[in-house]
Amino acid sequence: MTWVGASVARKEDPRMLLGRGRFTGDISRGGGLHAAFTRSPHAAAALGEIDLSGALAVPGVVAACTAADLGDPALLAVLERPEFVPTALPLLAIGQVRHVGEPVAVVVAGDPYTAEDAAELVSVDYTAQPAVASLDGARAPGARPVHDGLEGNCLVDLTMFDDDRLPDLFATAPVLLQARLRSGRLAALPLEGRACLAEWDERDGQIVMHVSTQVPHQVRSAVAQAFSLAERQIRVIAPDVGGGFGLKCVVGREELVVAGLARRLRRPVRWAEDRQENLTASFHGHEQCYDVRAAFGEDGRILGLAADIDCDVGAYSAFPFTCGVEPLMAATELPGIYKVPAYRARGRAIASNKAPTAPYRGVSRPQLVLVMERLMEKAARQLGLDPLAVRRRNMIGPGEFPYTGVNGVTYDEGSYAESLDRAEKQVAETGWPAERDRLRGQGLRAGIGYSCFSERTAYGTPAMSLRRMRMTPGYDTASVRMDPSGEVIVTTGTCGHGQGHETTFAQIVADRLGIDPGQVRLREGDTDLASYGWGTWGSRSIVIGGGAASRAAEQVATQLRAVAAHLLEASASDIELAAGTAQVRGDPASAMPISELARIVHFQTHRVPEPLRYGLEARSSFDPPGTFSNGCHAALVSIDEGTCEVRLRRYLVVEDCGVVINPMIVDGQVRGGVAQGVAAALLEQVRYDADGQPGSATLMDYLAPTAAELCPVDITHLETPSAHSETGAKGMGEGGTIGAPAAVLNAINDAMAGTGTSFDHIPVLPSDIHAALSGGAR
Amino acid sequence: MKDIHLIRLRVNGREHELAVEARRTLADMLRDDLGYTGTHLGCEHGICGACTVLVDGAPARSCLMFGVQADGAEISTVEGLADGDRLSDLQQSFSDRHGLQCGFCTPGFLMLAEGYLAQRDSAGGGAEPTEAEIRELVAANLCRCTGYQGIVEAVLATARSRWQRAAGPGPS
Repeated sequence: MTWVGASVARKEDPRMLLGRGRFTGDISRGGGLHAAFTRSPHAAAALGEIDLSGALAVPGVVAACTAADLGDPALLAVLERPEFVPTALPLLAIGQVRHVGEPVAVVVAGDPYTAEDAAELVSVDYTAQPAVASLDGARAPGARPVHDGLEGNCLVDLTMFDDDRLPDLFATAPVLLQARLRSGRLAALPLEGRACLAEWDERDGQIVMHVSTQVPHQVRSAVAQAFSLAERQIRVIAPDVGGGFGLKCVVGREELVVAGLARRLRRPVRWAEDRQENLTASFHGHEQCYDVRAAFGEDGRILGLAADIDCDVGAYSAFPFTCGVEPLMAATELPGIYKVPAYRARGRAIASNKAPTAPYRGVSRPQLVLVMERLMEKAARQLGLDPLAVRRRNMIGPGEFPYTGVNGVTYDEGSYAESLDRAEKQVAETGWPAERDRLRGQGLRAGIGYSCFSERTAYGTPAMSLRRMRMTPGYDTASVRMDPSGEVIVTTGTCGHGQGHETTFAQIVADRLGIDPGQVRLREGDTDLASYGWGTWGSRSIVIGGGAASRAAEQVATQLRAVAAHLLEASASDIELAAGTAQVRGDPASAMPISELARIVHFQTHRVPEPLRYGLEARSSFDPPGTFSNGCHAALVSIDEGTCEVRLRRYLVVEDCGVVINPMIVDGQVRGGVAQGVAAALLEQVRYDADGQPGSATLMDYLAPTAAELCPVDITHLETPSAHSETGAKGMGEGGTIGAPAAVLNAINDAMAGTGTSFDHIPVLPSDIHAALSGGAR
Repeated sequence: MKDIHLIRLRVNGREHELAVEARRTLADMLRDDLGYTGTHLGCEHGICGACTVLVDGAPARSCLMFGVQADGAEISTVEGLADGDRLSDLQQSFSDRHGLQCGFCTPGFLMLAEGYLAQRDSAGGGAEPTEAEIRELVAANLCRCTGYQGIVEAVLATARSRWQRAAGPGPS
């Protein structure tokens, strides 16, 4: 029996349920100060004089600073490519503001109410400039550059693949599809906003920061780089983190300003983002436009694909990923699970006077799956073929793995065809077509949609280095140490924030050591405890951090077996570790508690030979090439022609993430991901008006889904173990979000059949449905 | 000039007396003045419900109330649900059905459900709880991690077991 594969109850749960979680905002310090930011009300403006006197006059205000007061610090994220234009991200605006909400000054006071009052009294002389507030506006000839001298507002322009056969293919193909597909700008919207508490530790000569982050080591690197400090002069601790979804895998300006203030004032300073700041002044994602051409043969086989991909990345590159993350991923991975023989892709990052972007859950994969799944549907319609048959004809099939695509990406073993087969069968067997007919009989529109996809996960440096980031992430390092009582501390550079790492990592390590997961404690999210690591994003943690932990635990197991072999006068290869004991295989009478081995190694170390003395401890790293999860989603929706509301009726997921460490946790990740993907298709959109003023600054305007908009999600697991991971597991944190928009959009289009309208954009809002039904589709 | 009021209230059965500025929210007062940090702030404008507490037994958004409005009130927060370290049936049900991931919204959902189930109980139990009824209740708050399925299942299971207990054989 192994712990891996069991729905072990989460170690995280009791403290959260008891109200004893410790989030950044829950930590208080005597004499602590609170920071509030004065933010730009303009999307674009030249900065004149900043007068802090009004703020400084408020009783209780301790300090107020502009960029100049802090030495004009900035954060620079770099792709080492000629096609990339770096944009320094000033921690506080220097001479110019480039989006509404950009921090211009900071005020520090004894309580947050006073700090906010005073921040409003900072007087700033702005000279407003015309805003670049949309992709079309940014690309228009003569558009004002968001950064001086920036041509066409283009920060990245990279033609990643080209095939000179494409013009001929497009000229002669039986079917040539041309389409423009767009996705709306989204907010990741973790329920806990960003937050930071920084304090100066005189004894250690360190700034100690508690930060709500997914990437503690990168926060540390950012502080070091922005303030020219050594990394050891900063300690970053991520306590409990209330969700991230990619928003917190980049480093925020505010966190760094607070660190600088704590060092300067030698007092604890905290900042907690409010929801308006979170929606307007943090980071967004997913605003993309694809102009695609695709050639198909009579048999439904795709012959060639060309895409021009533009991503509205906002005003700056976020650290450390840069604004290249969306266009590069989109251009590299667009073909997805389909065998595209000829391919061209140009990916561009377009600057605008909007908040910058971060790699929000799925990054570009929800969009590229949307593109491919729409193309399959369109080709099928044009050819009079079954859309699922067209998918099957084109997808990488059983026996074709590992498959290296035209994009140079190698796909490891997956179950692409089987997932679709299972989904189609389940849809039929659980009566979806009949339910669609019943709904139609009630006067509603109703439709069923599918999406097939893979999810590239656990990008190690072999994959990440192709992007040429100055800071190239990928590997992670774990240490495993058994204490004299036989309990185990594991450290890694990953940083869970809801994924249940404390539980799943313990399951992996417990299996290696033959002990109970209750005896394994994971310590993540502390840069003084863990070796340099890259945090939690990109569905990397269980494969990379878990893989490193597994390797280190295996080394400790080898040490335990050697100790037991010495004490039992047996061969180490005959020692088994299981159920908390070490024994000679086949000889239960020889069993010694593992805790006794630990006691002897520490307290009577002279009893074992020199190489086995002084501790039970190991450190190991893991840096895989990456591994692909895959799945198929199906959705049943109805549309009320009166209200134009789209309602999600049924949803199913067939999912293959290799070896499942904890089924309950995997299902939770899938369901949460689906909710975000469904919301991207039906509800959520960060809006800006033509002047760059945000139109979605509250949760009344930015519509996150509630339980009322969602339905239960049925999940079926397939299990194709990964050859590229220590445990056979594949990453799976994003698949729900990746697959859902295309499934929902295809279902909507099925429901719209006969109206002459089909949609190629998300979100599809009631206003879109209304326009289509009244004859004026957008 | 700050407008300070002296108020008295009970939180989880414990008496507190404190001076509070008129504009201070109940949520900030509970968290920062009284140390009940289990109550979380997710939006501070009454939508997400993470800050839900019970005020005289009824669920309320503590970000939308001033502390002074709680003068004389009986407040229940997440810290008062368990018996020491022993989880209540509702809390245990959340863990069993994976009704939480990051845990930030969880106290709000627990208090929302606890308030609702208690009111349902004191109104005589009513009909057997249904999925639709509980889903509508759960729709009052936001969770960004779970997709709500585990939350709906956890509250429904607790509602059903409490309903069955209440409808069970009486002392007769």
